[in-house]
Amino acid sequence: MENISFKLDGRTCTAEKGTNLIEAAKQNGIFIPTLCHFKHLNPLGSCRVCTVNLNGRPVAGCTISLQEGMDIEVNTTELLDTRKAILEMMFVEGNHFCPSCEKSGDCQMQNLGYETGIRFTRYPHLFVDRLVDARPERIVVNQNRCIKCKRCIEEVKTNDGFSVFSFTQRGNSTKVSVDYEQEAKLSEIEAERAMQICPTGSILVKGKTFSKPFGNRQFDLGPEGKQFSLDKIKKHKTTNKKKRIATTSLAGCFGCHMSMLDIDLGLLDLLEVVEFNKSPITDIKNFTEHCDIGLIEGGCCNTHNIEVLREFRKHCDILVSVGECAIWGGLPAIRNTVPLEECLREAYLESMTSEEGATIIPNHEDIPKILNKVYSNHEVVKIDYHIPGCPPNANHIWNVVKHILFEEEYSIAYPEFKYD
Amino acid sequence: MNRTHLLNKLWEYQHKFGYISNEAISEISKLLNVSAIEIESVVSFYHFFHKTPTGKHTIYLNNSIISELKGFEEVKTAFEKETGCTFNDNGNEEFSLFETSCIGLNDQEPAALINFYPFTDLTPKKVKLIVQKIKNGENVKDFASKTKSNIHYTPPFHKTVIFKPYEMGKSLQPILKNSPQQIIDKITKSKLLGCGGAFFPAGYKWQSCKNNEADTKYIICNADEGEPGTFKDKALFQYLPGLLYEGMILAGYATGAKEGIIYLRAEYLYLLPALEKLLEEFYTKNLLGKNILGIDGFDFELRYQIGAGSYVCGAASALIESLEGRRGEPPVRSHSATKYGYLQKPTVVNNVETLCYAARIIEFGEDYFLNIGTPESPGTKLISISGDVAKPGIYEIEYGTTFKELLGIEMSQATSPYFVQVSGPSGDCINNTEFNRKICKEDILCGGALMVFNRNRDILQILRNFIEFFKEESCGVCTPCRAGNFILTEKIKKIQRGLCTQEDLDEIKQWGKIIKLSSRCGLGKASPNALIMATEKFKEYFNVKIAPNDGSQNVEFDMEDAIHEFDSLIKDTQL
Repeated sequence: MENISFKLDGRTCTAEKGTNLIEAAKQNGIFIPTLCHFKHLNPLGSCRVCTVNLNGRPVAGCTISLQEGMDIEVNTTELLDTRKAILEMMFVEGNHFCPSCEKSGDCQMQNLGYETGIRFTRYPHLFVDRLVDARPERIVVNQNRCIKCKRCIEEVKTNDGFSVFSFTQRGNSTKVSVDYEQEAKLSEIEAERAMQICPTGSILVKGKTFSKPFGNRQFDLGPEGKQFSLDKIKKHKTTNKKKRIATTSLAGCFGCHMSMLDIDLGLLDLLEVVEFNKSPITDIKNFTEHCDIGLIEGGCCNTHNIEVLREFRKHCDILVSVGECAIWGGLPAIRNTVPLEECLREAYLESMTSEEGATIIPNHEDIPKILNKVYSNHEVVKIDYHIPGCPPNANHIWNVVKHILFEEEYSIAYPEFKYD
Repeated sequence: MNRTHLLNKLWEYQHKFGYISNEAISEISKLLNVSAIEIESVVSFYHFFHKTPTGKHTIYLNNSIISELKGFEEVKTAFEKETGCTFNDNGNEEFSLFETSCIGLNDQEPAALINFYPFTDLTPKKVKLIVQKIKNGENVKDFASKTKSNIHYTPPFHKTVIFKPYEMGKSLQPILKNSPQQIIDKITKSKLLGCGGAFFPAGYKWQSCKNNEADTKYIICNADEGEPGTFKDKALFQYLPGLLYEGMILAGYATGAKEGIIYLRAEYLYLLPALEKLLEEFYTKNLLGKNILGIDGFDFELRYQIGAGSYVCGAASALIESLEGRRGEPPVRSHSATKYGYLQKPTVVNNVETLCYAARIIEFGEDYFLNIGTPESPGTKLISISGDVAKPGIYEIEYGTTFKELLGIEMSQATSPYFVQVSGPSGDCINNTEFNRKICKEDILCGGALMVFNRNRDILQILRNFIEFFKEESCGVCTPCRAGNFILTEKIKKIQRGLCTQEDLDEIKQWGKIIKLSSRCGLGKASPNALIMATEKFKEYFNVKIAPNDGSQNVEFDMEDAIHEFDSLIKDTQL
């Protein structure tokens, strides 16, 4: 086979003529992230994460078969941001509750989220109610997690050549549907293969979902030595001798506060230089002084959360959203795909523990009102920084706080950034 | 059964039973020897196929922006009241109501298709009458609107190309004296640009199809005129269908193709009987069939394929997918259609108007054509104008005409035009400082739609209509188009709720750019155009929309709206 030379980010590389760009780049030491590209499958070009510039024009990298003299840019600032943006679109389009997902740690999309350093999504989450189909014989298809990459559609066939999966509907309602009759023909091994090629946790095999223990999962070990720089943090100047910090938990579980306490002995050092004002840690209920940093755990699910959050904004120079719930709603936001009425009925009128014939949903001027959905904090006030995690690693929180207070250059090591 | 007949088969069921049942799907899948889900995937892709039973009479009301501005809401309410059904629901035994995107009647809005017959200039009163008549058992066909678009303008006689007297078979005469290559040379020399919106040189397409050796080749006419605001192809079908057939026969002669297919959108189904009758006439006059014009071995067959309601099928590659009986997803292609097109054979896909021009160029000679228009884009162009103008309809204009002329007293007579959308939602919008710009390749091209909005129209309403259209019509395969247009729709809705900041406007531009850069096909690459341009060109409009900042670092948040649902729920449950 003929060898050709091409340019990859300015470097001259060689490969066999007609090789797929993703493979050729790998051979030449450049990693192009992709979610739909899969070995022998014809290029699908559906996820668009691998978008590169070919002779100056944006094209999906997986659809390029190399020819002599091609000039390809992979890692320009614009392309890196586009890649991140497309991933963020996937996160807001589906309902990706990683902490409750069976495939967490084994999920290529989650892994790319870490790799590209997503701390929060620039887009608001869409919270569309999507189907979880458990009717098939061996598998469960969870549309909340599907990114419509088409891998399963192209790859999974029965022995006699029938497709098992196919797209139905169109536009944002597009989904991967299962042919129950054909699915029943799949062997256990074929079904597991379908689960493996799914880049997210959308296809699961019944009874096999948690087969891999922590530590053995595909992405448990991140790339060694990879660091995330803590850029874009607002610089802070203060005349206070001892810096003041306030914390609160809105619609959260206090897990992030627990993680803060995991700073351990570091806390003693911390108390030398900072004091805590309003915070569950000190049990100070109201602000007594203006603070340098406010750390917010949890999002806003009721009117009280909104009030507290606005008060924090007023009294703190820098406001940090800590943890997934604060950043986009997190687990409480599971209710965002369910109408409020159903939620309240389930909680107060039709639950196992409610009185028979109960008709009253609690309401009193002293009780905060429930919002129509759970809001992320940056939908309510300006947030200066986001620390992702469920909960975020203690060192991550500590490093961010240090960075803000002392303007020191820090970066976060991959294992501290990763949080599944 | 062959897969290429799938759409027709599905239409059979849809017409006969009003829906395509699971049993039907399973039956068809056995005929084609594929899994049932593959058939369901095709059924659910197309807007006019239903998986649940519909009433005896289906009413598709157009929800394009022009319809919205001319009374869509009132007409919609009237239909619901008179039929007792709600829109986009299954309806009852008698009626089913659906919204649909532009049906090519933008000059006579609000308009609807009832059992695929057109009803135009609807008012609540008219609706009442129509529904009454249907209930009385009258045949819809008998009292449907006669809807010929008005041709309001043609250039002086010596500069008119399309709307000139037509004589059947005249443009085919030069075949007797010219070789296929000479025909192509004439088209190439005339610099004819594709009129569907991509403006690809037609001669180049024909040439490359001719150059690709194959036993079978195809000429496909793209009559899936789906771009909202465009109805020029419909006018050609009504006024000069023969010219189109001749254009296709010429293309067949020039490239060596022996089969032609006209992919007609289902919205124009009511035109079909007349068109097929003419087709028969062509066959009897030996202008179609075997040994055309007595030339030995020059055979050409022509047939219609009816689409089923999908905007993206107007893109040539998606159209071919659709013809082959699949979802209309623009595929990843490494070769052009002129090499591997329909059934992997060399294929020319041309727009209706392009083929008509080709016939005229052969009839009048390329020099006639070259003497009109501008150096880069010779000839004329059909424009369909709608919106706030006194004379909505069809205009044949010479390339190089300015918007000022088009909107002026001599032509469409626009009333204080403010926002003009060129080439439909996927095109460009221009403001009133740009009306001196010319429609031609040197300045700005127009695919055929010109929607005019006056100063009193709400730009946000226009933009929301556009972006919701793309959200609906995205084929759903690639992330940026599928999710991105949804996200942009939410953004516009937020701004409409009065929660607009400068940041929101900047984000529309940034996010739109990402969608443009990374989408898989033309639909996604063009979908945010209007939004991006409008935020730049109508700054004064948007500046007023930006909510004043009170100096706090609070984000615009509508507390009233957030607790409204809880309050109204509580009201019913308290003692």
